Amino acid sequence: MKENPYRPFPAKITGIKAETDCEFTLTVAASVAMTPGQFFQVSLPKIGEAPISISGFGPDWIQFTVRAVGRLTNALQELRTGENLFIRGPYGTGFPLDTFRGSNLAIVAGGSGTAPVRPLIRGALDGSLPVRSLRVIAGFKSKESLLFANEFDEWRTKGEVLVTIDKPQEGWDGPTGLVTEHIRAMKLDDPADVQFVVVGPPVMMKFAVAEVLLLGVPEDNIWVSFERLMSCGLGKCGHCKIDSAYICLDGPVFRFSRAAGLID
Amino acid sequence: MSSFSFSLEEFSRVFDALGELYALSGPKRFPGKGRFSGTDLVKYAPLVSFDELELDEKSSMSPKSLVFPPDETTFYFNGDEFTEAPLEDERETVVFLRPCDINGFRRLDAIFLENGGTKDPYYLRRREKLHFFMIECATSFENCFCVSMGSNVAGEYAVALRFGQDSVLVQVKDERFAGLFASGAPSEFTPEFVRENARTVEVPDVDEMPPELFLHPLWDEYDARCIACGRCNTSCVTCTCFSTRDIFYADSRRSGERRRVWDGCHLDGFTDMAGGHSFRKKKGERMRFKTFHKIYDFKKRFGYNMCVGCGRCDDVCPEYISFAECINKVAAALKGGDAK
Repeated sequence: MKENPYRPFPAKITGIKAETDCEFTLTVAASVAMTPGQFFQVSLPKIGEAPISISGFGPDWIQFTVRAVGRLTNALQELRTGENLFIRGPYGTGFPLDTFRGSNLAIVAGGSGTAPVRPLIRGALDGSLPVRSLRVIAGFKSKESLLFANEFDEWRTKGEVLVTIDKPQEGWDGPTGLVTEHIRAMKLDDPADVQFVVVGPPVMMKFAVAEVLLLGVPEDNIWVSFERLMSCGLGKCGHCKIDSAYICLDGPVFRFSRAAGLID
Repeated sequence: MSSFSFSLEEFSRVFDALGELYALSGPKRFPGKGRFSGTDLVKYAPLVSFDELELDEKSSMSPKSLVFPPDETTFYFNGDEFTEAPLEDERETVVFLRPCDINGFRRLDAIFLENGGTKDPYYLRRREKLHFFMIECATSFENCFCVSMGSNVAGEYAVALRFGQDSVLVQVKDERFAGLFASGAPSEFTPEFVRENARTVEVPDVDEMPPELFLHPLWDEYDARCIACGRCNTSCVTCTCFSTRDIFYADSRRSGERRRVWDGCHLDGFTDMAGGHSFRKKKGERMRFKTFHKIYDFKKRFGYNMCVGCGRCDDVCPEYISFAECINKVAAALKGGDAK
């Protein structure tokens, strides 16, 4: 075969950082161009393959933030620095950076949904994605489940960052409650002049978007990212199709006005 | 283009000569292997002689396995090394099939060779070696609704054949086969196509399916009746879904394979994600998902419907669910009629 899009390439692990007791961020060496919001098919030979979104990247490295909850992700947790991850990609349509550039960017992320939006925040910080203003609401189950906790202070140098946990907890003096309450309390000078990103578990996205719409933000300014089971990333295996859209090709990032019509 | 006539004996000799040059595949009867006691199974299989070609009964499995096997190794692993699985049979293949299935291959091509702009190399290497020998349908079989789906007529064939009681008429379109059939008596034969089926369906024609149809009570019946066995998916000539499965060999964990195996939207686990999320837990939702794909959303993407009306899903369903009837229910519901 001259070209085999299913053949992954080895990417050496250069760093492993534990985020929570079951979540961790792998940094691998790879020089590939990509857009925040895209994903890779990540695999280990003899174990399996799964789509994992990019949680960070640079000219010669990529980061994947993984929760060990399945056969592949459990095996990924056993890897050590210097070993190879096998990846192919990037796949999918990422966030519309041209639209976000120079915008008032608001990001609401729930749990593992913070991974795919982190490159947007990092872009705003390092100037590769210049924005007029940045607001972040990140929601987690508990203080033990925070992702990227050591970066929150750095994020705050660029904008307003609110980190909330679902219920009050001993040793936590920050905001509590679901992200929906905090969206409701947002004051927007001109809701039509905000680009709003909402990423998280399906139920969270549904109710968070409903709150964002109540703020008066137009459907066309709201962006969501879908997560689905996939076996190919190429529009062949059929797992991620919703209506006529293939999440791996037409998403995972969708404008809400398009996503609203997609019924699983 | 030229046509010829053969006696059955003469055709049998041509068939043998064809088998010297090509791998031959067609519907074949397996006595006693049917779903019910005392019944036979008809499926696509390699053919050694003309008398193995089953013409009296519809195959319960489609010829798609020739290009999309139920289980295909994509890579062999030796430690961390990926080696592409070679194609085991390098021969060109002649497949005897009916017009609906030729149209089915068009749909397989759309997904495997066109969707997303990527050509699937595992599909392509098999597809390139395939030559269609079209079996003319004199009458349609039970549950066929090809006419309603507009797939009763096919033009993309190398050779068309009419199998009579004591003769075989042949039209040769692809010149590469002209020599093989040159011994036949000249004929005026051109294939005809079935123009009506006992079963008709009304295919909904809407640009956007109204959201109410997704939640319509017509799907509820299938919650109880469908048992998620996936036979409709496996028998369908246009179902293309697969999953990737890695295995390692029991006696050497260094070595193993990556395989792709058929999957189906009716089967449990089709949407399960690590961590516990899944979609379409109810069987009725799966029926709705499949139905809309076959008669609505594939068309939005490619311009024609996916279902070719071969009726195999109705032939094989152990719960006697009729897909054809389901399409009619959708059409009725869209008209605001009673869709029960």
